Amino acid sequence: MTLQLTRLHAYYGKSHVLHGINLDVGEGEIVALLGRNGVGRSTTCKAIMGLVAAKGSIAYRGHNLLGLRPDQIARLGIGYVPEDRQVFPTLTLRQNLELGLKRAGRFGRWRLEDIYALFPNLRSRQNVAAGQLSGGEQQMLAISRSLMGDPDLIVVDEPTEGLAPKLVEQVREMLCEIARRGAAILLIEQKLTIALQISHRVYVMGHGRVVFEGTPGEFAKDDSVRRQWLEV
Amino acid sequence: MELLLVSVLNGLLYGMLLFMLASGLTLIFSIMGVLNFAHASLYMLGAYFAYEISRRVGFWVALVIAPLLCGLLGALIETYGLRKAHRHGHVAELLFTFGLAFIVEKLVLMVWGPTAVPYRVPPELDFTLFSVYGTHVSAYRGFILLISAAMFAAIWLLLTRTRMGFVIQASLSHPDMVASLGHNVPRVFTTVFAGGAALAGLAGVIGGNYLVTEPAMAFSMGPIVFVVVVFGGLGSLAGCFIASLIMGFVQTFAVVLDISPADLLARLGVAVTPATPLAEVLRVPLPRIGPFLPFLLMVFMLLVRPRGLLGTRDT
Ligand SMILES: Nc1ncnc2c1ncn2[C@@H]1O[C@H](COP(=O)(O)OP(=O)(O)OP(=O)(O)O)[C@@H](O)[C@H]1O
Ligand SMILES: [Mg+2]
Repeated sequence: MTLQLTRLHAYYGKSHVLHGINLDVGEGEIVALLGRNGVGRSTTCKAIMGLVAAKGSIAYRGHNLLGLRPDQIARLGIGYVPEDRQVFPTLTLRQNLELGLKRAGRFGRWRLEDIYALFPNLRSRQNVAAGQLSGGEQQMLAISRSLMGDPDLIVVDEPTEGLAPKLVEQVREMLCEIARRGAAILLIEQKLTIALQISHRVYVMGHGRVVFEGTPGEFAKDDSVRRQWLEV
Repeated sequence: MELLLVSVLNGLLYGMLLFMLASGLTLIFSIMGVLNFAHASLYMLGAYFAYEISRRVGFWVALVIAPLLCGLLGALIETYGLRKAHRHGHVAELLFTFGLAFIVEKLVLMVWGPTAVPYRVPPELDFTLFSVYGTHVSAYRGFILLISAAMFAAIWLLLTRTRMGFVIQASLSHPDMVASLGHNVPRVFTTVFAGGAALAGLAGVIGGNYLVTEPAMAFSMGPIVFVVVVFGGLGSLAGCFIASLIMGFVQTFAVVLDISPADLLARLGVAVTPATPLAEVLRVPLPRIGPFLPFLLMVFMLLVRPRGLLGTRDT
């Protein structure tokens, strides 16, 4: 097991958002985490990265992540792509990518060339301030930036939100390529078709808990899960 | 003409000194969200340290050592004070730096007494560089300009050309993301705080003997530096630079231009008589409102443009 969340609770000040999440991600596995808006999917991501107060246990390759700082968690090999992308607006696209490296000039399985090969339009935009990029370009950048740190597990929060169909397809290919290179993915995704297509296992959240766990096939068979926990 | 030239020079000097203080404060404020009330105290300590060092081993040693001491002090304050206070929220942080400013003032009073110390311009630089229209411009003023311009260039290069500068820039907008990429953000905070403290110390070293080194210098400088930060806008060093120069000029010219709003109105053909509304206010000469003109400008700025000149987010 790469990542294992056990009875995870998370809080924003006094408000209690996660009520005992159990979830795990295996080596090289793509796991989709689904649920309605506001159910706590992003909070789960933040808890993994050490960005919210949490209780319970988060184990990653024998380390307990709870109590570690985000940079220590990242250095254990976890990458994070937040839902609001958080590109650094005053830096150029390329400088953003370079900040993804944990040490200057030390590339892992992803080099700039690999990124530009997958997202050709990023190459011509290298020297543009990230704040000037389009939403789609910012999303590609946010994913690519976290890859520069050579993670073994990448937590991606709603990467296709607000993207045109062509870009959605590019992101999908990117995710498959990440998995092909051996990294595990925890994917938060609203678009069911993509999530079911590329993931090995699916979790559904409701009321701050996990209400379904299974393969995409099992999920597709069980219509009641979808009706009760996903459709509005 | 002569008056204008000298005032421009003085305004520029004062503005550059302000910038040396305000640049550190603005970086600290933007990155850490802490309004450091003790920032000007480090400026004062820089001047007193420089006084002590220069009377023992000379000004040039003081120029290097005093800012370093202030930087070290800044690192200690951040690591052992602010970081602990931070856990209890912004109010705790604010009160902590506020308390610190008072403690420093009392300590300075105890050690050096209530009157100004004789911290003087070094003799090597105490000569007339050139004279215009009979006004002598001392070499030391040129030196202040040189040092502050070099400082400005150094900060600029650091922020825009080095990896550490990129990390600092990135932390201005998304500190959590910077941390999530594996950068030690607390250490960035300490570095920025120490750097800002060192700059404040340097301003004290070169400003203390140009102006005056006394226990009140922190509290007379503090508010105006705060004004510069708000006016220039959070997260923008360029805005801070422009604001520093504006405030430098405003303060200098407000002292020498002995006119009142009423005079200006008179030139426009509007006479102010005792019957005019606010006549009392309009007749106040500029030198009398000079000291709080910057605050008026700040309030005005907050009303029309809350994020300041070039700020990237609201104050
Ligand atoms: N910074 C915050 N402070 C307080 N409450 C928050 C904060 N962020 C999120 N919440 C609350 O926590 C709950 C879970 O939020 P979360 O962002 O995890 O939802 P989500 O499943 O990612 O959905 P979506 O992305 O559609 O908003 C929501 O009720 C939200 O209002
Ligand atoms: Mg979300």
